[in-house]
Amino acid sequence: MLKNDTGRRVLVISSVVAIGLLSIKLLVDYYAATVVYFHLPAKWIESLVFPAEVAIGLLILGMCFRYRRWFPALLVLAQSGLIAWLEYFSTKKVISENPFFLDKFSLIMALIIGVVGGLIAVYALGYMKVFQEDYHKEVADRRGMFFLVLFLFIGAMFGIVFANDLIWMYFFWEITTLASFLLIGYKGNKESIDNSFKALLYNLIGGLGFAGAIVYLNVRADCADLSQVLDKNPVTISLALGLLAVAGLTKSAQLPFSRWLLGAMVAPSPVSALLHSSTMVKAGVYLLIKLAPLFKDTTVGYVVALVGGITFLVSSFAAISQSDAKKVLAHSTIANLGLIVLCAGIGTSEAVWAAILLVVFHAVAKCLLFLCVGSVEHALHSRSIESMDGLILAMPKTAWMMLIGMAGMFLAPFGMLISKWAVLKAVVDANPLLTVLLIYGSAANLFFWVKWMGKLIMLERPSEELTALKLEANISRTISVPLFSLGFLTVAACLTFPIMSAVLIEPYVLNVFGATVSMTRGNLIIMVLMLGMLLLFPFNLEPKRKGRWMPRVVDAYLAGVNYDSYSHVNSLGGISKNASRNYYLEKYFSESVLLNAGIISTVTLLVVMFLMGSKI
Amino acid sequence: MAYFKKSPWIIHYDATSCNGCDIEVLAALTPLYDVERFGIINTGNPKHADIFLVTGAVNEQNKMVVKNIYDQMPEPKAVIAVGICACSGGIFRECYNVLGGPDSVIPVDIYVPGCAARPEAIIDGVVQALGILEKKHLARKEARKQHDRIAAN
Amino acid sequence: MSVRLISALSFVVFAPLIGGLISGIDRRITARMQGRFGPPVLQPFYDVYKLLQKENVIARVRQNAYIDFYLLFVIFSGMLLFAGQDLLLFIFSLTLASVFFILAAFKGSSPYSLVGAQRELLLVMGYEPMVLFAAVAFYMATGSFWVSKIIVHPVLLIKLLPGIFLGFFYILTIKLRKSPYDLSTSHHGHQELVKGLTTEFAGPSLAMIEVAHWYETVFLLAFVYLFFAATPWLGALAVVVCYFLEILIDNVFARAKWEVAVKSSWLVAAVLGFGNVAVLYLLKGF
Repeated sequence: MLKNDTGRRVLVISSVVAIGLLSIKLLVDYYAATVVYFHLPAKWIESLVFPAEVAIGLLILGMCFRYRRWFPALLVLAQSGLIAWLEYFSTKKVISENPFFLDKFSLIMALIIGVVGGLIAVYALGYMKVFQEDYHKEVADRRGMFFLVLFLFIGAMFGIVFANDLIWMYFFWEITTLASFLLIGYKGNKESIDNSFKALLYNLIGGLGFAGAIVYLNVRADCADLSQVLDKNPVTISLALGLLAVAGLTKSAQLPFSRWLLGAMVAPSPVSALLHSSTMVKAGVYLLIKLAPLFKDTTVGYVVALVGGITFLVSSFAAISQSDAKKVLAHSTIANLGLIVLCAGIGTSEAVWAAILLVVFHAVAKCLLFLCVGSVEHALHSRSIESMDGLILAMPKTAWMMLIGMAGMFLAPFGMLISKWAVLKAVVDANPLLTVLLIYGSAANLFFWVKWMGKLIMLERPSEELTALKLEANISRTISVPLFSLGFLTVAACLTFPIMSAVLIEPYVLNVFGATVSMTRGNLIIMVLMLGMLLLFPFNLEPKRKGRWMPRVVDAYLAGVNYDSYSHVNSLGGISKNASRNYYLEKYFSESVLLNAGIISTVTLLVVMFLMGSKI
Repeated sequence: MAYFKKSPWIIHYDATSCNGCDIEVLAALTPLYDVERFGIINTGNPKHADIFLVTGAVNEQNKMVVKNIYDQMPEPKAVIAVGICACSGGIFRECYNVLGGPDSVIPVDIYVPGCAARPEAIIDGVVQALGILEKKHLARKEARKQHDRIAAN
Repeated sequence: MSVRLISALSFVVFAPLIGGLISGIDRRITARMQGRFGPPVLQPFYDVYKLLQKENVIARVRQNAYIDFYLLFVIFSGMLLFAGQDLLLFIFSLTLASVFFILAAFKGSSPYSLVGAQRELLLVMGYEPMVLFAAVAFYMATGSFWVSKIIVHPVLLIKLLPGIFLGFFYILTIKLRKSPYDLSTSHHGHQELVKGLTTEFAGPSLAMIEVAHWYETVFLLAFVYLFFAATPWLGALAVVVCYFLEILIDNVFARAKWEVAVKSSWLVAAVLGFGNVAVLYLLKGF
C-alpha cells in the first residue's frame, strides 16, 4: 500500500467506487436471475483453497506464539487438522460441482457490503488521519496495513455470500476472523491485544464448528455444497446443522459468545462500523438465514430461535445501563442480530422476509451511528453519552445524522421498525409465546434510544457557547460525505423498500419457501404518509411574522432562582450550573448480571440441542 | 370573546410571609370555598399562570425571585399582593433588608389587605384581577392590530 | 374505504369535543368526590381557548416544533384506529407521538422538564409491553391485526381476553395520566417536579398538549370498547365504568414512585398479558 496520504486517498476512493459500481452492476445484470452457479475463471485457483487455508492457519498460529496465547493456537490446530484430514486422508471427500453461486439474497448482501463497506473505507481515510495525527499519537502508524486488511475483509465478505462450496465459504470465513483479529488489535496496546485475542478465540470456536460440520457433511451426507445441504432432510444432518448454527452464532456475536463484540469496541470507529454493519456479524446471520428452511420445526431451529430471542432481550436490557456510546451501539447490534437469528430459527417464509429486511436496514442505520460516534469522539475526546448534551448546536450536521440513524433504529416508520413489525407478525404466527422476549426487549430499546436522543437535543449550556466551540469547522470531506450518504440511505431505504422487497426479497423467499409475504398496500401508504410528515420536521414551520403566536424566549423555570436560563443561585448565594444526567438504572439492568444470566441460559440451550441432536 | 374571566390560573409565591396568608390562600382551594368553581387553578408554574399571587414583603434575598417569576409569565398577566406585608411591607417595613411590597420590584395590579387576608377577600381580589386581565388582553390585541396596520402601510 | 375515511375524519373533528367534555365531567366528578362543587363542565374548553390567546413563551428555540408533531401524530394514530387500520401500526404511530412529547420536554431543558421527560420515558417503557400483548392477543383471538376485522368479530372478545383487558385497564391509569401514575406531569402543581413534562410549555403549545390529551382519551376509550365490540351497549357501559373507575383510582391513591409504576406494569403485562396469550395458545393449539 502507498505510504503518502494523497496516493492512499486516490487508491482507496477509486477502489471503493469500483467496488460500489461493480456491486450495482451485478444487481442490474442479475436481478432477474433466480440462482446462477459459476466457477472461477481458472480451475487451478480453485485448487489453491487448501494451501491458502493452511497459510491463514499458520499466520494465526504465528500470532498466537508471539503473544503466547495457547487456546486459540489449539483451536487453529484442531480445525486445520480436521480439514487436512478431510483433504488428504479421507476417502469420502466430495468434490464440489458448483463452487460458487449467486442468488437474490447474495445480491442484496453484495450491495450492502459494496456500498456500506465502501463508505466506511472512505470515512476511514479521514478518520484514521485524525486518529494518527492528533488523537492517538502514541499508536504506530500502520495505515497501509489497516487499509489492506480493510479491503481484504470486504473481499472476504463477497466471498462468503457467493460461495456455494462449503470449503470455500469456510476459507472466507476464516479470512474474516483473521481480518477482524488484526483490525481489533490495531492500537497495539494491551487492552487491544487482549480483546483481539478474545475475538479470535470466540471466532475460532465458531470456525471449529464450521470445520466439524464440513467433515460431517462430507463423510456422512455426501454433500460439499450449501445448495446440497439445503436439499437434505434436516433431521438426518442435525449434528452438522447444530455445528453450523454454532458457527453462525459466534460470528454474529450471539449469546453465549457475545463478549467478543463488546471487547471489539477498542478498535477505531470505522472498524467497529465495519464489524457491526456490513461485514463480520452479517456473515453469521447470512449463514443462519441461508439455513433457515432447515430450521423450521426442528430442535436446532427452536434452540437457535430461543438463543436469538434471549440475546435480543438481554442485550436490549444491558444497553440501558451503558453510558459509553459505542457500548450502547454494540449491545444494540447484538440485540438486533438476535432478532434476525430469532427469525432464521423460526424459518418460515414470513420470518425470513423480516430477517432480510432487518439485515438491510440495520446495516445502513448502524453504520451511520458508528461513524457519527467516531466523529463525535474525535471532537469531544469522549464517547460518553453524558458529554453529548447540546450536540445539536455544537455539531449540528453530525447530530442530525445521528438522530436520523437513531430514528432509523427504532422509530416508525423507519426501516428497523418496519422489520420489527414484520418480525412480531412472523413470531406470533409461529409461536406466540416467543413474543414475550420481543415485547419486553422492544420496550427497553425505546428507553435507551430516546434518552440518548434527548441528550443530543437538550441545551444546558448557552447556545452561543456551544456554537462557539466550532467542532465541525475542519471536518474533512472524506468524513462528511459518507455520513450524509448513509443518512440519505437510511431515509431512502424506507422509501424504496417496497421496490427492494418486490424485486429481490420476495422472489428469494418465494424461491426458497414456495410462498412469500409482503406488506399490504394500505400499510405502505400509511408508512409513506408518516415518513412524509416526519420529513417536514427539520424545516422551521413556526410562524415567522410577528403575529399572535410569535414566541418570546424567556429563562427556563428554575423555581425563580434563575441566574440565567442555564444556571441558578444556590443556597450559599453562589452560582451553580444546571446539570442533569440520564437514568441508567444500573440496579435493575446491570450488564454483568444480565450477561451472566444470558450466557448460562443459552449455554444450557446449546447443550440440550447437541444432546437431543445426537440422539436423533 | 376571551375566556380570561373563566379560567384564571394562579401561581402563588410566598415572599417572606409568616405563612398566615398562605394558609388562607390554600384555604380557598378547600371544599368550603372551592375556587375551582370559577375555573381557578393553583398551577405552581409561572409559564402556565395568568395571575401572580404574592404573599409577604419582598427582601434582598427574594426580589430576584419575584422578578424572575413575573418575567417568565406569558402575557397577559396580573399581579395580586395578598396581605398587608405584601401591600406595604407591613410590620417588616422598617427592617434593614426589606424593600417593601412586591410593587417595589414588579407592577402590582390588585392589593388585598388583611393580616391575614381572609379567603373571601383573596377570592374577591382574584375576581377583580380578572377584569384587569381582560383589559390587558384587549390592549394587547389592539396593539397587535396597530402593529399590523403600520406594517401593512 | 369511504366509510373508513369518514370515520377517521369524524374522529378528527369530534374527538376533541368528546375528549374535552369527558375531561370536564372528570373534573366535576373529582370535585364531587372531594366534597366540592367543581368547575363548569365546559371548563376545559374555556381553559384551552384562553391558552390559545396567551403569549407563546418558550425557554429554548424550536421547542414547540416537537409539540406540533406530538399533536400531529396523536391525531394520526387516532385516525388509524378509527379508520380500522392495523393495530400494530396504531401502536407504533402512538409511540412515535410519545417520543415527540418526551423530546419536547428534553428540548425544554429545565431540570423539571428533564425529570419529567425521564419519568415519562420510564412510564412508556412500563406500559409498552402490555399494549403490545394486547395487540398480539387480539390477533390470536380474531386472526387479524386489523381493527376493521376485530370490530366485526362475532365473539365477545372479553370472554377470551379477560387478562388482557385487566392488564390494559391497569396501564390505562398511566396513559390517562391519573394518580398514582401521574408522575411525569403531576396534575397538581406545587410539587417536586412542578409540571414535569409540560413545565416549559405555555400558551398555545400547552393548549395543543391539552387537546392531544383529549384525542388520546378518546382513542384509549375506543380501545377499551374493542374488547366488547360484539355487544355495543355492553361496550358503551364498559367505557363508562372504566373511566369512572379511573377517576376513583385517581382520587384514592397518592402518587407512586417510578419503580412501582414500571415494576408493576411489567409484572401485570407478564402475568395478565402474557398469561392470557399463553392460555389462548394452549387452548387453540395455535
